[in-house]
Amino acid sequence: MWEALKRLYHRMGSPKWFYEISAKWLPWFVVPTVGFLLVGTIWGLAFTPADYQQGNSFRIIYIHVPAALLAQSAYAMMAIAGAVFLIWRMKMAAWVAASIAPIGASFCFLALITGAIWGKPTWGTWWVWDARLTSMLLLLFLYFGVMALQKAMDSEESAAKAGAILSLVGLVNIPIIKYSVEWWNTLHQPATLKFTEESTMAMEMLIPLLIMIAGFYLLFAVLVFMRTRNQVLWHERKKNWVKQYMQSRADK
Amino acid sequence: MFLDSYLFFDSFADFLAMGKHGFYVWLCYGITALVILANVVAPIRQRKKLIDQQTRLQRREKKNAS
Amino acid sequence: MSLVTATIKRDLVIAARNPGEWLNPLMFFLMVLALFPLAVDPDPKFLSKIAAGVVWVAALLATLLSLDALFKADVEDGTLEQWLASGESLFAMALGKVFVHWCISGLPLTLVAPLLALMMNLPDEAYSALFFSLLLGTPILSLLGAVGAALTAGVRSGGLLLSLVILPLYIPILIFGASAVYHAGIEMEYVGQLGFLASFLCLSMTLAPFAVAGALKLNLSR
Repeated sequence: MWEALKRLYHRMGSPKWFYEISAKWLPWFVVPTVGFLLVGTIWGLAFTPADYQQGNSFRIIYIHVPAALLAQSAYAMMAIAGAVFLIWRMKMAAWVAASIAPIGASFCFLALITGAIWGKPTWGTWWVWDARLTSMLLLLFLYFGVMALQKAMDSEESAAKAGAILSLVGLVNIPIIKYSVEWWNTLHQPATLKFTEESTMAMEMLIPLLIMIAGFYLLFAVLVFMRTRNQVLWHERKKNWVKQYMQSRADK
Repeated sequence: MFLDSYLFFDSFADFLAMGKHGFYVWLCYGITALVILANVVAPIRQRKKLIDQQTRLQRREKKNAS
Repeated sequence: MSLVTATIKRDLVIAARNPGEWLNPLMFFLMVLALFPLAVDPDPKFLSKIAAGVVWVAALLATLLSLDALFKADVEDGTLEQWLASGESLFAMALGKVFVHWCISGLPLTLVAPLLALMMNLPDEAYSALFFSLLLGTPILSLLGAVGAALTAGVRSGGLLLSLVILPLYIPILIFGASAVYHAGIEMEYVGQLGFLASFLCLSMTLAPFAVAGALKLNLSR
């Protein structure tokens, strides 16, 4: 088992191998992604009963929560990929990290905007400094920092390294930021209505949520594959295998 | 259909109205669809541009060589 | 004398001869403080309510402004290469640089803030909390800021980028620092907030220099 994992890891380091295998894997990810997202959306929109307190606006949960979860774990994945790049100098990891940043940021933005829209019927205003929304906003700032830093560097190598270092520093800070925001929130707004109380969620509401979460993670995998494949083509454009690949596409 | 009895809404108009929250719910799902679409389209376009650019470059190199 | 202490000494001497280096952040701090009564409301009661937050925000911005130059000169004139060639631990070097930065930005701010807080009509009970929270908090600002300064040292328009990169990391310090002062002002316990700042200081003192060292090496490979 361990040996197999090690072999997979070493192969992952080869851009050519990744490019070829990901072409085979992509359809196997796309089909369940579309399936999960469709089933989850239809179930959540049309079949789940409305929340007794929030009415139908609670159906926003089926995108808000998956997007928020994904945005947070995407940041962690980006930082881990960055660490792999820094420690083992694996170029593929740097490209994966660079691919994750814009995707993670867009899901963070999605979580924020759905949260704000959800806030209107729930609290009566578009924006409330609620703990979850505030820490999402700060996560978006962290993404902005990493992306701006990556763009500002002249050489691709140092852009990748700088982004990796910053995302690792951010990763250490995320729990601290989250904790401090939650503490600050209880201090200033003791009695706001929470969007969700996870423990009390009924089964019929929970199952579509889990389906949507799975769908969002699968979608994330597909998007990272797509972007990383582009990164491979771009960085390896001078290599023979890419040239032959381009040639074979042009001949067709 | 057999699932009909499990539907939460009585009519399609009800489904669109979502109680009083139709605007918010549909706005959210619309924005989500847009964000996902943008995320899917961006790498596809990027890939196309990249391949076009590189094949053009290779063709030119070949012409220069011959 | 080791390279680290020599560098600390040299930088302190330079700062002593260029008073602007440590005076400018202080003046900036004073000016930002003056903006709030002008922009919002000079009513003393209102000012005393927002004083804690305003003083902390101003201190944070003043620190941020002085960070940009932290490693720039060393990267540009080749001092950084000398450090690496000397075999001295970059960890100690980073810690030394941060110490100097704190001495010329955080320390003066900590000493002057209670005086300037008078202008903001800070409640009498809050002065010691303000002093101690800044004493514990400004070194963290310098430590985290040094990571950003090292990352952006080689970038052309580094200043704005530096703020973009570092500000989100400053949020916990701002929350706990400001709340310590605020709670002291309404005569509540604030030891917990100071405790958080102290533990965060220990954490960043052990981890941030590693990130600074790694980021400094980036500027070399270019």
